[in-house]
Amino acid sequence: MLEVQNVTLGYGPRPVVTGVSLVLSRGEVLAIAGANGVGKSTLMRAMNGGLVLASGNIFLDGVQLQHLSRRTISRSIAAVAQEADLRFPVTVLEFVLGGRYAWASTSAWGWETSDDIAIAENVLRETQLEEFGARLMTELSGGERQRAVLARALATEAKILLLDEPTANLDLGHQAAVLALVRQRCAKSGTAAVVVMHDLNLAAEFAHHILLLKDGRPIAFGSPADVLTESLIREVFGVGVLIDAHPLTGVPRVTPVHELPAI
Amino acid sequence: MRRNFQSRATLRQTALVCGLLIVLLLLVVIVASVIGSQHLPLAQSLCALSRASDCGLSAEQKAILLDIRLPRILLAGAVGMCLASAGAAYQALLRNPLAEPYLLGVSNGAAVGTMVSLVFLAGQDWTRPVFAFAGALIASFAVYQLARGRAGASPERLILAGVIVTTFLSSAIVFITTMMDATRIRSFTFWLLGDLSGSTSGLLIIALVVSIGGSLVLTAYARPLNLLMLGERDAFDLGVEVSRVRLGVFLSAGLLVGTSVASSGSVGYVGLVVPHLIRLSFGSDNRLVIPAAALAGASFVIIADMVARTLIAPRELPVGAITALIGAPLFIYLLKRG
Repeated sequence: MLEVQNVTLGYGPRPVVTGVSLVLSRGEVLAIAGANGVGKSTLMRAMNGGLVLASGNIFLDGVQLQHLSRRTISRSIAAVAQEADLRFPVTVLEFVLGGRYAWASTSAWGWETSDDIAIAENVLRETQLEEFGARLMTELSGGERQRAVLARALATEAKILLLDEPTANLDLGHQAAVLALVRQRCAKSGTAAVVVMHDLNLAAEFAHHILLLKDGRPIAFGSPADVLTESLIREVFGVGVLIDAHPLTGVPRVTPVHELPAI
Repeated sequence: MRRNFQSRATLRQTALVCGLLIVLLLLVVIVASVIGSQHLPLAQSLCALSRASDCGLSAEQKAILLDIRLPRILLAGAVGMCLASAGAAYQALLRNPLAEPYLLGVSNGAAVGTMVSLVFLAGQDWTRPVFAFAGALIASFAVYQLARGRAGASPERLILAGVIVTTFLSSAIVFITTMMDATRIRSFTFWLLGDLSGSTSGLLIIALVVSIGGSLVLTAYARPLNLLMLGERDAFDLGVEVSRVRLGVFLSAGLLVGTSVASSGSVGYVGLVVPHLIRLSFGSDNRLVIPAAALAGASFVIIADMVARTLIAPRELPVGAITALIGAPLFIYLLKRG
C-alpha cells in the first residue's frame, strides 16, 4: 500500500532523515522507535505528503505521492499529530466530523451526510467517547482529548494510519485500549498503521515490525525479536538493557539497566 | 448554553437562524428609516417604501426617506455585512479570536488605498474600492508575514503585528492628509472614524453587490475554515488545500474590507463584536457563523448609525465612534478571558 524508497529529506540543507526505505502492507502495524529528535515525526510527515523530499520516492498504491491531490491522499492516509490547537469552542462530535472533510460532496451543500454522522458516532463508541459528543473539546482531559484525535483519524476511514505517539498522555488501561483498537482495525479491515512509539515493550507486543532510527538513518528493520537486541538498543539509545521473553506472550521484554548512584 | 443539549450545528439550524436574522434586519431597516433628526410617520413611510407613490408623505419627507435615509441605511447594512463576515473569516483563518479588520491594520491599508485614489486620481467612483482592495490586501499579507513566528502566529503576536502595521499606515495617512487643503481635512478626519454620510449611489451599488457576494464566497469556504481553525497542519492532513483556501479567504475578505472602507471609512470592532455574539449563542461552526454574522453585522451597523445620527441631533457622530464604544470593552473582556 505504502512504499518508501530510499528517502532523504530535511528542513534547509541539513538532512533530518537519510536513506529510509520501508514497505507497508495490508493489516500490518509498523512501529518507529528512536531517541528524541532523530527524525521520526519528520518521516511521518513525509509519508503523509506534507514535506518535499530531497531524494527518493514515496508511493501510495503504486503512484508517487506528489502526483496525487491533497484530497486523494487524505482519503487514504490519516495522520494523528501530537497536539491539537483549540482556541475556539468546538464539540467533540464537530471535531470528529472534521475527519469526513476529504469525502465531502457538493450535493450536501457542504454539510455532513447522515452516513458521515453514523461513521462519527461509531468511532466515538469505539474510542469510548460516546458520552462526550456534545462536550466541548476544551473540557476534556488530556487522555480523552487524545482519544478524540484518534477518533477523528479513524473517522476518515483511511486505510493507512500514521500515529505519532498515540499513547503519550494515556494511563495504562487506555494505552492498551487504544492500541488494541488500532490492532483490531488492522486485523479486521486490512488497515495498516505506522506508529511512533517510545515504549519498546508496547512496540514489541503491538507491532509486526519495528524500524529503529538513529540520527535520521535506519539502524534496524525487522520483527521485534530481530530488532530488540541488547547491542542495537545500546547503539540507538545509549543505555544498557536486559532482554528476556514476556512470560505470557513470549515477545521480547526490555528492562533498562540504570547506572544510578546508590541512594 | 446551547452546548448542553446540542452536539453540532446543522443546515436546518443555520437556515432557521439566518431566517430570523433576515426578519430582524428588515425590522431594523424599517425602524431606522423612520427614526432620525426628523421622525417620519410609520404607516405612510412603510407604504412609500413598498410602493412608488408618495402615500401622503410631504415631498420633503419623501426626499428624506428615499433619497437620504434609505441609501444611508442600505450602505450601513452593506458595511456591517462586509466587516462582520470578514472578521469571522479572519478569526478562523488566523486561529485568533481577536483578529478583526480594524485591529489587524487591514482597514487602515484600505484607507491609505482610498486616499491615494482620492488625492492623486481625483477619486473616480470605481477607483476607490479598487485601491482600497489593494491596500487591504497588502496590509493583510504584511501582518500575516510579520506575525508568523517559528511556532506559528500566537494571538498576541498577531495583534502586535497589527499595531505595527496600523501605526505605520497611520503615518502614511497623516502624510497624505497634509497634502490636502484645509477644508477637506476635517471631512477626512470624520471619514477615517467611519462616516456613512459621504457616499455616492455608484459606491452604494458596489458595496451592496460586494457585501452579499463576498459573504457568500466566504460561506463557501466555511467547511475548510472549520478545520483551519483547529490548526493548519491538521487541516492539511485532513485534506484541505491550505494555501489555496488561505489565498481565497484573504482575497475575498480583503475585497469586503476594501469596499467597506472605500465607501465609509474605518468602522472598527464590528468584525470582533458580531462574530463573537454569534459564536456565544450558536457555537463555532463557520457554516453558521459566517452567514449569521453577515446578517447580524448589517443590523448592528444600521442600529449604531441610527444612534450616531440621533444622539446629538441635528449634529452627527461618526458611526465608528459608536461601534468602538461597544467593541473596545468586549475586546478587553476577550483578552482577559484569554
